[in-house]
Amino acid sequence: MGKTLAEKILSTKSGAEAKAGDIVVAKVDLVFVQDTTGPLAVRQFRAAGFEHTASSLEAILFLDHAAPSPNRELSNDHMLLRDFAYQTGGMLSDVGEGICHQIVAESLAKPGDLVIGADSHTVTAGGLGAFACGMGSTDIAVALGLGRTWLRVPESVRVSLSGRFPSGVFAKDLVLYLIGQIGADGATYKALEFSGDSAGAMSISERLTVANMAVEAGAKVGLFPADEATRDYLSSQGRGDHYQPLFPDDSADYGQIIDINLAGLEPVVARPHTVDNIALARELKGTKVNQVVIGTCTNGRLDDLAVAAKILSGKKRHVQTRLLIAPASRGVLLAAMRDGYIQTLLEAGAIILPPGCGPCLGLHQGVLASGESCLSTANRNFKGRMGNPEAFVYLGSPATAAATAITGEITDPREVL
Amino acid sequence: MLTGRAFKFGDNISTDQIIPGRFAHLRSNLPELAKHAMEDAAPTFVARVKPGDFIVAGSNFGLGSSREHAPLVIKMAGVKAILARSVARIFFRNAINVGLPVLLCHTDNINDGDELEVDLKAGTIRDITSGSQLTFSKIPEIMLHILDEGGLLPYLEKYGDFKL
Repeated sequence: MGKTLAEKILSTKSGAEAKAGDIVVAKVDLVFVQDTTGPLAVRQFRAAGFEHTASSLEAILFLDHAAPSPNRELSNDHMLLRDFAYQTGGMLSDVGEGICHQIVAESLAKPGDLVIGADSHTVTAGGLGAFACGMGSTDIAVALGLGRTWLRVPESVRVSLSGRFPSGVFAKDLVLYLIGQIGADGATYKALEFSGDSAGAMSISERLTVANMAVEAGAKVGLFPADEATRDYLSSQGRGDHYQPLFPDDSADYGQIIDINLAGLEPVVARPHTVDNIALARELKGTKVNQVVIGTCTNGRLDDLAVAAKILSGKKRHVQTRLLIAPASRGVLLAAMRDGYIQTLLEAGAIILPPGCGPCLGLHQGVLASGESCLSTANRNFKGRMGNPEAFVYLGSPATAAATAITGEITDPREVL
Repeated sequence: MLTGRAFKFGDNISTDQIIPGRFAHLRSNLPELAKHAMEDAAPTFVARVKPGDFIVAGSNFGLGSSREHAPLVIKMAGVKAILARSVARIFFRNAINVGLPVLLCHTDNINDGDELEVDLKAGTIRDITSGSQLTFSKIPEIMLHILDEGGLLPYLEKYGDFKL
Protein backbone atom coordinates (compact mmCIF):
# COMPACT_ATOMS: atom_id res chain seq x y z
CA MET A 1 0.00 0.00 0.00
CA GLY A 2 1.32 3.43 -0.93
CA LYS A 3 1.36 6.52 1.23
CA THR A 4 -0.75 9.62 1.45
CA LEU A 5 1.03 12.99 1.63
CA ALA A 6 0.50 13.02 5.39
CA GLU A 7 1.95 9.52 5.78
CA LYS A 8 4.94 10.38 3.58
CA ILE A 9 5.92 13.48 5.51
CA LEU A 10 5.38 11.93 8.94
CA SER A 11 7.33 8.81 7.93
CA THR A 12 10.30 10.97 7.01
CA LYS A 13 10.06 13.08 10.14
CA SER A 14 9.59 10.16 12.53
CA GLY A 15 11.95 7.70 10.86
CA ALA A 16 9.19 5.09 11.06
CA GLU A 17 6.71 3.63 8.59
CA ALA A 18 3.91 5.99 9.57
CA LYS A 19 0.43 4.73 8.72
CA ALA A 20 -2.88 6.43 9.49
CA GLY A 21 -3.80 5.78 13.12
CA ASP A 22 -0.22 5.36 14.35
CA ILE A 23 1.19 7.59 17.06
CA VAL A 24 4.64 8.90 16.15
CA VAL A 25 7.26 11.17 17.67
CA ALA A 26 8.44 13.42 14.87
CA LYS A 27 11.22 15.94 14.37
CA VAL A 28 9.89 19.45 13.79
CA ASP A 29 11.51 21.88 11.35
CA LEU A 30 9.77 25.13 12.16
CA VAL A 31 8.07 26.19 15.39
CA PHE A 32 6.37 29.53 15.91
CA VAL A 33 4.20 31.48 18.27
CA GLN A 34 2.24 34.70 17.94
CA ASP A 35 1.60 37.47 20.43
CA THR A 36 -1.58 36.07 22.01
CA THR A 37 -0.28 32.50 22.50
CA GLY A 38 3.45 33.20 22.78
CA PRO A 39 3.63 34.58 26.33
CA LEU A 40 2.14 31.39 27.80
CA ALA A 41 4.45 29.29 25.61
CA VAL A 42 7.47 31.23 26.87
CA ARG A 43 6.38 30.76 30.50
CA GLN A 44 5.84 27.02 29.95
CA PHE A 45 9.19 26.75 28.16
CA ARG A 46 10.89 28.24 31.21
CA ALA A 47 8.77 26.23 33.66
CA ALA A 48 9.91 23.07 31.89
CA GLY A 49 13.49 24.11 32.61
CA PHE A 50 14.55 24.75 29.02
CA GLU A 51 17.08 27.49 28.41
CA HIS A 52 17.76 27.10 24.69
CA THR A 53 15.53 26.22 21.79
CA ALA A 54 16.52 22.98 20.07
CA SER A 55 19.30 23.65 17.55
CA SER A 56 17.65 21.40 14.96
CA LEU A 57 14.69 23.73 14.40
CA GLU A 58 13.93 27.28 13.41
CA ALA A 59 12.02 29.25 16.08
CA ILE A 60 10.08 32.39 15.20
CA LEU A 61 8.09 34.81 17.34
CA PHE A 62 5.46 36.85 15.49
CA LEU A 63 3.88 40.05 16.76
CA ASP A 64 0.86 40.21 14.46
CA HIS A 65 -2.42 39.79 16.33
CA ALA A 66 -2.26 43.09 18.18
CA ALA A 67 0.00 45.04 15.87
CA PRO A 68 0.71 47.68 16.92
CA SER A 69 -0.44 47.03 20.48
CA PRO A 70 -3.66 48.76 21.57
CA ASN A 71 -3.00 48.62 25.34
CA ARG A 72 -0.29 48.26 27.96
CA GLU A 73 -1.05 44.64 28.81
CA LEU A 74 -0.44 43.53 25.24
CA SER A 75 2.56 45.87 25.00
CA ASN A 76 4.04 44.04 27.98
CA ASP A 77 3.36 40.72 26.25
CA HIS A 78 5.17 42.04 23.19
CA MET A 79 8.13 43.05 25.35
CA LEU A 80 8.26 39.55 26.85
CA LEU A 81 8.39 37.97 23.39
CA ARG A 82 11.01 40.41 22.11
CA ASP A 83 13.19 39.69 25.15
CA PHE A 84 12.77 35.95 24.63
CA ALA A 85 13.83 36.29 21.01
CA TYR A 86 16.95 38.25 21.98
CA GLN A 87 17.83 35.77 24.73
CA THR A 88 17.36 32.59 22.70
CA GLY A 89 18.37 33.81 19.26
CA GLY A 90 14.91 33.08 17.92
CA MET A 91 13.77 35.07 14.92
CA LEU A 92 11.51 38.02 15.71
CA SER A 93 8.89 39.25 13.25
CA ASP A 94 7.89 42.53 14.86
CA VAL A 95 4.70 44.59 14.46
CA GLY A 96 4.16 45.75 10.90
CA GLU A 97 5.88 42.82 9.20
CA GLY A 98 2.63 40.91 8.77
CA ILE A 99 0.67 37.81 9.69
CA CYS A 100 2.63 34.77 10.84
CA HIS A 101 1.07 32.42 8.27
CA GLN A 102 1.79 34.76 5.38
CA ILE A 103 5.43 35.21 6.36
CA VAL A 104 5.83 31.47 6.97
CA ALA A 105 4.56 30.91 3.41
CA GLU A 106 6.64 33.70 1.85
CA SER A 107 9.93 33.04 3.57
CA LEU A 108 10.13 29.90 5.69
CA ALA A 109 8.05 26.77 5.03
CA LYS A 110 9.33 24.16 2.60
CA PRO A 111 7.58 21.22 0.98
CA GLY A 112 7.93 18.20 3.26
CA ASP A 113 8.56 20.26 6.40
CA LEU A 114 6.85 19.58 9.70
CA VAL A 115 5.66 22.99 10.87
CA ILE A 116 3.85 23.59 14.15
CA GLY A 117 2.58 26.91 15.37
CA ALA A 118 0.67 28.19 18.36
CA ASP A 119 -2.13 29.30 16.10
CA SER A 120 -4.88 27.20 14.58
CA HIS A 121 -4.35 28.61 11.08
CA THR A 122 -0.84 27.17 10.94
CA VAL A 123 -2.46 24.78 8.44
CA THR A 124 -1.99 27.53 5.82
CA ALA A 125 1.51 26.25 4.94
CA GLY A 126 -0.09 23.03 3.74
CA GLY A 127 -0.60 24.99 0.52
CA LEU A 128 3.15 24.54 -0.05
CA GLY A 129 3.14 20.85 0.81
CA ALA A 130 4.30 21.26 4.41
CA PHE A 131 2.66 19.20 7.15
CA ALA A 132 1.61 22.24 9.15
CA CYS A 133 -0.71 22.17 12.12
CA GLY A 134 -1.74 24.28 15.06
CA MET A 135 -1.10 23.39 18.69
CA GLY A 136 -1.44 25.08 22.07
CA SER A 137 1.23 26.92 24.03
CA THR A 138 2.50 23.98 26.13
CA ASP A 139 2.84 21.64 23.15
CA ILE A 140 4.76 24.39 21.37
CA ALA A 141 6.95 25.10 24.40
CA VAL A 142 7.93 21.44 24.67
CA ALA A 143 8.58 21.16 20.92
CA LEU A 144 10.77 24.28 21.08
CA GLY A 145 12.84 22.65 23.79
CA LEU A 146 12.98 19.06 22.55
CA GLY A 147 12.86 19.63 18.78
CA ARG A 148 10.17 16.93 18.63
CA THR A 149 6.46 16.49 19.13
CA TRP A 150 4.04 13.57 19.15
CA LEU A 151 1.36 13.23 16.51
CA ARG A 152 -1.33 10.79 15.58
CA VAL A 153 -0.94 10.09 11.85
CA PRO A 154 -4.24 11.28 10.40
CA GLU A 155 -6.51 9.42 8.04
CA SER A 156 -6.65 11.40 4.81
CA VAL A 157 -9.66 12.56 2.85
CA ARG A 158 -8.92 13.12 -0.80
CA VAL A 159 -10.58 16.21 -2.28
CA SER A 160 -10.36 15.77 -6.03
CA LEU A 161 -10.84 18.98 -8.01
CA SER A 162 -11.83 19.22 -11.67
CA GLY A 163 -13.01 22.02 -13.97
CA ARG A 164 -12.22 25.73 -13.90
CA PHE A 165 -13.59 28.50 -11.69
CA PRO A 166 -16.34 30.45 -13.47
CA SER A 167 -15.99 34.24 -13.55
CA GLY A 168 -16.65 35.72 -10.09
CA VAL A 169 -15.92 32.45 -8.26
CA PHE A 170 -12.70 32.01 -6.31
CA ALA A 171 -10.73 29.66 -4.07
CA LYS A 172 -12.56 31.09 -1.06
CA ASP A 173 -15.88 30.01 -2.53
CA LEU A 174 -14.47 26.52 -3.07
CA VAL A 175 -13.33 26.07 0.52
CA LEU A 176 -16.50 27.59 1.97
CA TYR A 177 -18.56 25.27 -0.23
CA LEU A 178 -16.50 22.27 0.92
CA ILE A 179 -16.95 23.15 4.61
CA GLY A 180 -20.67 23.64 4.00
CA GLN A 181 -20.82 20.16 2.51
CA ILE A 182 -18.90 18.25 5.19
CA GLY A 183 -19.63 20.47 8.21
CA ALA A 184 -17.50 22.25 10.81
CA ASP A 185 -16.40 18.88 12.20
CA GLY A 186 -16.47 17.00 8.91
CA ALA A 187 -12.72 16.36 8.89
CA THR A 188 -11.91 16.36 12.62
CA TYR A 189 -8.55 14.62 13.34
CA LYS A 190 -8.12 14.02 9.59
CA ALA A 191 -5.98 15.40 6.78
CA LEU A 192 -7.65 17.04 3.80
CA GLU A 193 -5.49 16.32 0.74
CA PHE A 194 -6.29 18.24 -2.44
CA SER A 195 -5.56 16.68 -5.80
CA GLY A 196 -6.60 16.57 -9.43
CA ASP A 197 -5.73 18.69 -12.46
CA SER A 198 -7.56 21.70 -11.07
CA ALA A 199 -5.61 21.58 -7.81
CA GLY A 200 -2.46 21.61 -9.94
CA ALA A 201 -3.77 24.63 -11.86
CA MET A 202 -4.36 26.65 -8.70
CA SER A 203 -1.89 29.40 -7.78
CA ILE A 204 -0.03 29.17 -4.47
CA SER A 205 -2.10 32.06 -3.12
CA GLU A 206 -5.28 30.11 -3.92
CA ARG A 207 -3.85 26.97 -2.32
CA LEU A 208 -2.95 28.92 0.81
CA THR A 209 -6.54 30.20 1.03
CA VAL A 210 -7.92 26.67 0.83
CA ALA A 211 -5.37 25.11 3.20
CA ASN A 212 -5.90 27.96 5.66
CA MET A 213 -9.53 26.97 6.17
CA ALA A 214 -8.95 23.20 6.52
CA VAL A 215 -9.12 23.70 10.28
CA GLU A 216 -12.63 25.15 9.90
CA ALA A 217 -13.73 21.62 8.98
CA GLY A 218 -11.80 20.33 11.99
CA ALA A 219 -8.85 19.02 9.97
CA LYS A 220 -5.38 18.61 11.44
CA VAL A 221 -3.80 19.61 8.14
CA GLY A 222 -4.80 20.67 4.62
CA LEU A 223 -2.25 19.50 2.07
CA PHE A 224 -1.51 20.28 -1.55
CA PRO A 225 1.15 18.40 -3.54
CA ALA A 226 4.38 20.30 -4.15
CA ASP A 227 4.63 20.73 -7.92
CA GLU A 228 5.87 23.14 -10.57
CA ALA A 229 3.67 25.95 -9.25
CA THR A 230 5.27 25.44 -5.83
CA ARG A 231 8.73 25.49 -7.40
CA ASP A 232 7.96 28.70 -9.31
CA TYR A 233 6.54 30.37 -6.19
CA LEU A 234 9.57 29.47 -4.08
CA SER A 235 11.86 30.73 -6.86
CA SER A 236 9.93 34.00 -7.00
CA GLN A 237 10.58 34.37 -3.26
CA GLY A 238 14.29 33.83 -3.82
CA ARG A 239 14.33 30.36 -2.34
CA GLY A 240 14.13 28.00 -5.25
CA ASP A 241 16.55 25.72 -3.39
CA HIS A 242 13.78 24.98 -0.87
CA TYR A 243 11.79 23.07 -3.46
CA GLN A 244 11.33 19.34 -3.60
CA PRO A 245 8.51 17.66 -5.51
CA LEU A 246 6.03 15.87 -3.26
CA PHE A 247 3.04 13.80 -4.35
CA PRO A 248 1.00 11.06 -2.74
CA ASP A 249 1.49 7.53 -4.04
CA ASP A 250 -1.07 6.34 -6.58
CA SER A 251 -1.91 3.41 -4.34
CA ALA A 252 -2.34 5.49 -1.17
CA ASP A 253 -5.30 4.62 1.02
CA TYR A 254 -7.91 7.37 1.14
CA GLY A 255 -10.85 6.38 3.30
CA GLN A 256 -13.02 9.03 1.71
CA ILE A 257 -12.93 10.81 -1.65
CA ILE A 258 -14.82 14.02 -2.36
CA ASP A 259 -15.14 15.16 -6.00
CA ILE A 260 -15.77 18.83 -6.72
CA ASN A 261 -16.17 20.35 -10.17
CA LEU A 262 -15.13 23.98 -9.87
CA ALA A 263 -17.24 24.89 -12.91
CA GLY A 264 -20.38 24.15 -10.91
CA LEU A 265 -19.59 26.55 -8.05
CA GLU A 266 -21.16 29.93 -7.34
CA PRO A 267 -20.13 32.76 -4.98
CA VAL A 268 -21.07 31.70 -1.44
CA VAL A 269 -21.13 33.28 1.99
CA ALA A 270 -20.88 31.76 5.48
CA ARG A 271 -23.60 33.19 7.70
CA PRO A 272 -23.30 33.78 11.46
CA HIS A 273 -22.23 32.05 13.70
CA THR A 274 -20.58 28.96 12.17
CA VAL A 275 -18.41 28.58 9.09
CA ASP A 276 -20.50 25.69 7.74
CA ASN A 277 -23.66 27.85 7.64
CA ILE A 278 -23.30 28.42 3.89
CA ALA A 279 -25.67 30.23 1.52
CA LEU A 280 -25.37 31.48 -2.04
CA ALA A 281 -24.31 35.13 -2.04
CA ARG A 282 -27.21 36.02 -4.35
CA GLU A 283 -29.71 34.56 -1.88
CA LEU A 284 -28.54 37.01 0.79
CA LYS A 285 -29.20 40.14 -1.27
CA GLY A 286 -30.79 42.76 0.96
CA THR A 287 -28.69 41.86 4.02
CA LYS A 288 -27.28 45.21 5.18
CA VAL A 289 -23.57 45.32 5.97
CA ASN A 290 -22.00 48.00 8.18
CA GLN A 291 -18.38 47.00 7.67
CA VAL A 292 -16.39 45.13 5.05
CA VAL A 293 -12.96 43.69 5.86
CA ILE A 294 -10.54 42.56 3.16
CA GLY A 295 -7.39 40.95 4.47
CA THR A 296 -6.32 38.26 7.00
CA CYS A 297 -4.27 35.10 6.54
CA THR A 298 -7.09 33.73 4.38
CA ASN A 299 -7.38 36.51 1.79
CA GLY A 300 -4.94 39.33 2.40
CA ARG A 301 -2.54 38.61 -0.46
CA LEU A 302 -1.72 40.60 -3.59
CA ASP A 303 -4.19 38.77 -5.85
CA ASP A 304 -6.95 39.36 -3.29
CA LEU A 305 -6.26 43.10 -3.20
CA ALA A 306 -6.03 43.10 -7.01
CA VAL A 307 -9.53 41.60 -7.33
CA ALA A 308 -10.92 44.09 -4.83
CA ALA A 309 -9.21 47.03 -6.54
CA LYS A 310 -10.54 45.97 -9.94
CA ILE A 311 -14.12 45.91 -8.66
CA LEU A 312 -13.79 49.14 -6.66
CA SER A 313 -11.89 51.07 -9.36
CA GLY A 314 -13.66 54.36 -10.02
CA LYS A 315 -16.38 53.50 -7.49
CA LYS A 316 -17.07 54.55 -3.93
CA ARG A 317 -17.90 52.47 -0.92
CA HIS A 318 -21.52 52.72 0.22
CA VAL A 319 -21.90 55.70 2.53
CA GLN A 320 -23.08 53.49 5.40
CA THR A 321 -20.47 50.76 4.91
CA ARG A 322 -16.95 51.10 6.28
CA LEU A 323 -14.24 49.42 4.19
CA LEU A 324 -11.15 48.12 6.00
CA ILE A 325 -8.14 46.70 4.16
CA ALA A 326 -5.41 44.81 6.06
CA PRO A 327 -2.61 43.52 3.79
CA ALA A 328 -1.24 40.20 5.01
CA SER A 329 2.39 41.33 5.03
CA ARG A 330 4.73 44.22 4.39
CA GLY A 331 5.67 42.54 1.11
CA VAL A 332 2.02 42.41 0.05
CA LEU A 333 1.51 46.08 0.97
CA LEU A 334 4.60 47.16 -0.96
CA ALA A 335 3.55 45.20 -4.03
CA ALA A 336 -0.01 46.55 -3.80
CA MET A 337 1.36 50.09 -3.68
CA ARG A 338 3.65 49.40 -6.64
CA ASP A 339 0.71 48.06 -8.65
CA GLY A 340 -1.59 50.96 -7.74
CA TYR A 341 -4.15 48.91 -5.80
CA ILE A 342 -3.71 50.88 -2.59
CA GLN A 343 -4.33 54.14 -4.46
CA THR A 344 -7.48 52.70 -6.03
CA LEU A 345 -8.78 51.36 -2.73
CA LEU A 346 -8.09 54.62 -0.89
CA GLU A 347 -9.92 56.56 -3.60
CA ALA A 348 -12.87 54.21 -3.17
CA GLY A 349 -13.07 55.16 0.49
CA ALA A 350 -11.08 52.36 2.12
CA ILE A 351 -9.11 52.56 5.34
CA ILE A 352 -5.68 50.89 5.00
CA LEU A 353 -4.60 49.10 8.19
CA PRO A 354 -1.05 48.02 8.98
CA PRO A 355 -0.05 44.53 7.84
CA GLY A 356 -1.29 42.06 10.45
CA CYS A 357 -4.38 40.24 11.65
CA GLY A 358 -6.35 43.49 11.78
CA PRO A 359 -9.93 43.28 13.07
CA CYS A 360 -10.29 39.51 12.51
CA LEU A 361 -10.20 38.47 16.14
CA GLY A 362 -11.87 41.41 17.84
CA LEU A 363 -8.87 42.97 19.56
CA HIS A 364 -8.75 46.33 17.84
CA GLN A 365 -8.97 48.11 14.47
CA GLY A 366 -12.64 47.69 13.67
CA VAL A 367 -14.59 46.18 16.58
CA LEU A 368 -18.27 45.96 15.64
CA ALA A 369 -21.12 47.72 17.45
CA SER A 370 -24.02 45.75 18.89
CA GLY A 371 -26.37 44.62 16.15
CA GLU A 372 -23.92 45.47 13.36
CA SER A 373 -23.03 43.13 10.54
CA CYS A 374 -19.67 42.68 8.85
CA LEU A 375 -18.70 40.86 5.68
CA SER A 376 -15.11 39.71 6.05
CA THR A 377 -12.67 37.74 3.92
CA ALA A 378 -11.47 36.05 7.15
CA ASN A 379 -11.93 32.43 8.14
CA ARG A 380 -14.13 32.63 11.26
CA ASN A 381 -17.55 34.04 12.02
CA PHE A 382 -18.08 32.70 15.53
CA LYS A 383 -20.25 34.60 17.96
CA GLY A 384 -18.09 37.33 19.50
CA ARG A 385 -15.29 36.83 16.98
CA MET A 386 -14.94 40.47 16.03
CA GLY A 387 -15.06 41.76 19.58
CA ASN A 388 -18.80 41.88 20.20
CA PRO A 389 -21.04 38.87 20.86
CA GLU A 390 -24.03 40.95 19.73
CA ALA A 391 -22.61 41.48 16.24
CA PHE A 392 -22.89 39.33 13.11
CA VAL A 393 -20.03 38.19 10.89
CA TYR A 394 -20.40 36.88 7.33
CA LEU A 395 -17.52 35.38 5.36
CA GLY A 396 -16.91 35.63 1.63
CA SER A 397 -14.32 36.11 -1.09
CA PRO A 398 -12.53 39.42 -1.72
CA ALA A 399 -14.74 39.88 -4.81
CA THR A 400 -17.92 39.39 -2.78
CA ALA A 401 -16.50 41.74 -0.14
CA ALA A 402 -15.69 44.46 -2.70
CA ALA A 403 -19.11 44.18 -4.35
CA THR A 404 -20.75 44.36 -0.93
CA ALA A 405 -18.75 47.47 -0.01
CA ILE A 406 -20.21 49.25 -3.05
CA THR A 407 -23.85 48.33 -2.50
CA GLY A 408 -23.91 48.22 1.31
CA GLU A 409 -25.64 44.85 1.25
CA ILE A 410 -24.39 41.34 0.56
CA THR A 411 -23.87 41.21 -3.19
CA ASP A 412 -22.96 38.49 -5.66
CA PRO A 413 -19.80 39.88 -7.31
CA ARG A 414 -21.03 38.79 -10.74
CA GLU A 415 -23.47 41.72 -10.52
CA VAL A 416 -20.63 44.25 -10.61
CA LEU A 417 -17.96 42.46 -12.66
CA MET B 1 -14.47 9.22 41.84
CA LEU B 2 -15.63 12.71 40.80
CA THR B 3 -19.06 14.10 41.66
CA GLY B 4 -20.66 17.34 40.61
CA ARG B 5 -23.39 19.02 38.59
CA ALA B 6 -23.76 19.15 34.83
CA PHE B 7 -23.56 22.49 33.01
CA LYS B 8 -25.12 21.64 29.67
CA PHE B 9 -24.08 23.24 26.37
CA GLY B 10 -25.02 22.58 22.75
CA ASP B 11 -22.94 21.79 19.65
CA ASN B 12 -20.08 23.87 18.22
CA ILE B 13 -19.16 25.89 21.32
CA SER B 14 -16.13 27.80 20.00
CA THR B 15 -13.03 29.03 21.80
CA ASP B 16 -14.36 32.52 21.11
CA GLN B 17 -17.32 31.71 23.36
CA ILE B 18 -15.14 29.95 25.95
CA ILE B 19 -12.69 32.84 26.28
CA PRO B 20 -13.20 35.62 23.70
CA GLY B 21 -10.34 37.30 21.84
CA ARG B 22 -11.40 40.65 23.27
CA PHE B 23 -9.88 39.51 26.59
CA ALA B 24 -6.49 38.74 25.00
CA HIS B 25 -4.94 41.53 27.09
CA LEU B 26 -5.68 39.44 30.22
CA ARG B 27 -3.86 36.34 29.05
CA SER B 28 -0.81 37.16 31.17
CA ASN B 29 -3.14 37.63 34.18
CA LEU B 30 -4.83 34.24 34.39
CA PRO B 31 -6.91 34.85 37.57
CA GLU B 32 -8.54 37.87 35.89
CA LEU B 33 -8.94 36.02 32.60
CA ALA B 34 -10.63 33.09 34.33
CA LYS B 35 -13.42 35.39 35.53
CA HIS B 36 -14.63 35.42 31.91
CA ALA B 37 -14.72 31.64 31.35
CA MET B 38 -17.59 30.58 29.06
CA GLU B 39 -18.83 34.18 29.09
CA ASP B 40 -20.19 34.33 25.54
CA ALA B 41 -21.88 30.93 25.82
CA ALA B 42 -23.33 31.35 29.35
CA PRO B 43 -22.74 34.82 30.82
CA THR B 44 -23.41 33.73 34.44
CA PHE B 45 -21.30 30.54 34.26
CA VAL B 46 -18.46 31.66 36.52
CA ALA B 47 -20.89 32.90 39.18
CA ARG B 48 -22.81 29.60 39.21
CA VAL B 49 -20.16 26.93 38.72
CA LYS B 50 -18.80 25.19 41.82
CA PRO B 51 -15.54 23.27 42.22
CA GLY B 52 -16.11 19.74 40.99
CA ASP B 53 -18.82 20.53 38.42
CA PHE B 54 -18.76 19.27 34.84
CA ILE B 55 -19.22 20.84 31.45
CA VAL B 56 -21.48 18.61 29.35
CA ALA B 57 -21.48 19.51 25.67
CA GLY B 58 -22.67 18.25 22.30
CA SER B 59 -20.39 17.80 19.32
CA ASN B 60 -17.25 19.70 18.30
CA PHE B 61 -16.70 21.43 21.64
CA GLY B 62 -13.81 23.91 21.60
CA LEU B 63 -13.58 24.45 17.86
CA GLY B 64 -11.52 27.35 16.63
CA SER B 65 -8.44 28.90 18.10
CA SER B 66 -5.36 27.14 19.46
CA ARG B 67 -5.57 29.22 22.65
CA GLU B 68 -4.69 26.92 25.52
CA HIS B 69 -6.30 29.54 27.74
CA ALA B 70 -9.67 27.99 26.80
CA PRO B 71 -9.27 24.72 28.77
CA LEU B 72 -7.14 26.58 31.31
CA VAL B 73 -9.89 29.01 32.36
CA ILE B 74 -12.44 26.18 32.43
CA LYS B 75 -10.16 24.28 34.81
CA MET B 76 -9.52 27.39 36.89
CA ALA B 77 -13.28 27.92 37.21
CA GLY B 78 -13.39 24.60 39.07
CA VAL B 79 -14.58 22.25 36.33
CA LYS B 80 -13.20 18.73 36.88
CA ALA B 81 -13.93 17.22 33.46
CA ILE B 82 -15.54 17.96 30.11
CA LEU B 83 -18.05 15.44 28.80
CA ALA B 84 -18.80 15.83 25.10
CA ARG B 85 -19.95 13.88 22.07
CA SER B 86 -16.82 15.17 20.32
CA VAL B 87 -14.21 17.86 20.81
CA ALA B 88 -12.11 19.82 18.34
CA ARG B 89 -8.59 18.51 17.87
CA ILE B 90 -6.45 21.34 19.25
CA PHE B 91 -8.76 21.88 22.22
CA PHE B 92 -8.52 18.16 23.00
CA ARG B 93 -4.72 18.23 23.14
CA ASN B 94 -4.71 21.46 25.12
CA ALA B 95 -7.16 20.14 27.72
CA ILE B 96 -5.06 17.04 28.31
CA ASN B 97 -1.89 19.14 28.43
CA VAL B 98 -3.32 21.28 31.24
CA GLY B 99 -4.59 18.18 33.06
CA LEU B 100 -8.30 18.59 32.35
CA PRO B 101 -9.97 15.25 31.49
CA VAL B 102 -12.08 15.10 28.33
CA LEU B 103 -14.60 12.25 28.32
CA LEU B 104 -16.08 11.35 24.94
CA CYS B 105 -19.59 9.95 25.39
CA HIS B 106 -23.24 10.30 24.33
CA THR B 107 -24.31 13.36 26.26
CA ASP B 108 -27.79 13.82 24.76
CA ASN B 109 -29.66 12.43 27.77
CA ILE B 110 -27.78 14.35 30.43
CA ASN B 111 -29.76 17.42 31.48
CA ASP B 112 -28.53 20.74 32.77
CA GLY B 113 -28.15 20.53 36.54
CA ASP B 114 -28.05 16.72 36.76
CA GLU B 115 -25.85 15.30 39.50
CA LEU B 116 -23.11 13.15 37.94
CA GLU B 117 -20.65 10.66 39.32
CA VAL B 118 -17.59 9.97 37.14
CA ASP B 119 -15.22 7.04 37.63
CA LEU B 120 -12.17 7.90 35.52
CA LYS B 121 -10.49 4.52 36.04
CA ALA B 122 -13.58 2.45 35.24
CA GLY B 123 -14.61 4.71 32.37
CA THR B 124 -18.16 5.15 33.63
CA ILE B 125 -20.49 8.07 34.26
CA ARG B 126 -23.55 7.70 36.48
CA ASP B 127 -26.30 10.29 36.15
CA ILE B 128 -27.61 10.26 39.72
CA THR B 129 -30.57 12.51 38.83
CA SER B 130 -31.88 10.32 35.99
CA GLY B 131 -30.45 7.03 37.21
CA SER B 132 -28.82 6.26 33.86
CA GLN B 133 -25.28 5.04 33.30
CA LEU B 134 -22.86 5.87 30.45
CA THR B 135 -19.43 4.77 29.37
CA PHE B 136 -16.86 6.98 27.72
CA SER B 137 -14.45 5.95 24.98
CA LYS B 138 -10.73 5.43 25.44
CA ILE B 139 -8.26 8.10 24.44
CA PRO B 140 -4.78 7.37 23.00
CA GLU B 141 -2.39 5.91 25.56
CA ILE B 142 0.06 8.79 25.39
CA MET B 143 -2.74 11.20 26.31
CA LEU B 144 -3.74 8.97 29.22
CA HIS B 145 -0.19 9.06 30.52
CA ILE B 146 -0.03 12.85 30.18
CA LEU B 147 -3.35 13.11 32.02
CA ASP B 148 -2.19 10.70 34.73
CA GLU B 149 0.72 13.01 35.51
CA GLY B 150 -1.56 16.06 35.61
CA GLY B 151 -0.48 17.61 32.30
CA LEU B 152 2.34 17.78 29.78
CA LEU B 153 4.91 19.58 31.94
CA PRO B 154 4.68 17.13 34.88
CA TYR B 155 4.74 14.30 32.32
CA LEU B 156 7.93 15.73 30.83
CA GLU B 157 9.45 16.16 34.26
CA LYS B 158 8.85 12.49 34.99
CA TYR B 159 9.79 10.94 31.64
CA GLY B 160 12.15 13.56 30.18
CA ASP B 161 10.83 12.95 26.66
CA PHE B 162 7.83 11.48 24.83
CA LYS B 163 7.49 7.77 25.59
CA LEU B 164 5.46 5.69 23.16
